[in-house]
Amino acid sequence: MEVKNSSAAMLSNYEVFKLLTDLKEQRKDSGKNKHSVGQQNLNTIMYETLKYLSKTPCSRQSPEIVKEFLNTMMPHKLTKAEKLMILNHRPQTAVEMQLLVEESEERLSEEQIEELIQIVSEALPGDPEQENAEMEEAGEQS
Amino acid sequence: MFVLVEMVDTVRIPPWDFQRQLNTAISEELNKKLANKVVYNVGLCICLYDITKLEDSYIFPGDGASHTKVHFRYVVFHPFLDEILVGKIKYCSQEGVHVTMGFFDDILIPPESLQQPAKFDEAEQVWLWEYETDEGAHDLYMDQGEEIRFRVTDEVFIDTSPTGPATAASETPAQPGQSSTAPPEDNGEKKEAPYTLIATICEPGLGLLSWWNN
Repeated sequence: MEVKNSSAAMLSNYEVFKLLTDLKEQRKDSGKNKHSVGQQNLNTIMYETLKYLSKTPCSRQSPEIVKEFLNTMMPHKLTKAEKLMILNHRPQTAVEMQLLVEESEERLSEEQIEELIQIVSEALPGDPEQENAEMEEAGEQS
Repeated sequence: MFVLVEMVDTVRIPPWDFQRQLNTAISEELNKKLANKVVYNVGLCICLYDITKLEDSYIFPGDGASHTKVHFRYVVFHPFLDEILVGKIKYCSQEGVHVTMGFFDDILIPPESLQQPAKFDEAEQVWLWEYETDEGAHDLYMDQGEEIRFRVTDEVFIDTSPTGPATAASETPAQPGQSSTAPPEDNGEKKEAPYTLIATICEPGLGLLSWWNN
């Protein structure tokens, strides 16, 4: 076996999530041979990776959302790696945003960070359970 | 977190699988060979992305099976340097905090990369952060099962291929798990993880998620 290119492309969590969900659907139809000894490794890694990814923001994304997100992020001059991390993590606080963007104190002012958090909040869907809990808390306080 | 790796390999399809679609049979063989296995200096292979090129299939004398050279792309877990990831604390030991992501277990945060000052509680076998505020010192415990955000600082690949009869005292059959070949196992010799990540949480925003959520 030969490795031609060990880093041909970077994949977002959403792409891997979609690939694995489609593969799972395909294998569900195939029937009995997925339980053979050779298939156990694939089953294990698919199950664990899907379990991990379904709890991240990528499970609520779609190709249109990702495209829209990348378009809105274009004028902000962030590196590919930073945009990928923001897409995967969906930061909601300034601390998280500063963590993901390298040298954020020099490159982004506080207003720009707030603006980025706003864009992320609108472009990427959040966790409906978490948002309901926050709305309930706000309702109780007011 | 995930990258696409272009690889080339020769896949053997036994005669009893000749009635199947070549692409399906080859995809299954590749997944059987690589899924959930670590490739040295590449990462943890997850699943096949696509097949880019299929060369001609040959049948060699003495073997009824067909051999096909396949160019394909595979999804591999290989976080880049300084990437931020979220995992769960598996357990704490003197070596540091061991973190797991479910599909990948060997993530270690050494004691010097914890939020300082840090202390190891021997009785409960847990690391804690002695957080100072105006009101006094709070001990923030890093309990098992807690979600933790960390930054990848280093990766270690160890070649766990068998070393041969001269050095191994005994050999055990291949075990399903993370190395692509069986490690020669002595009674009492520790199995080395083929791929380990070293991480840090010594920055604002890193550490247990509960520390930073208002």
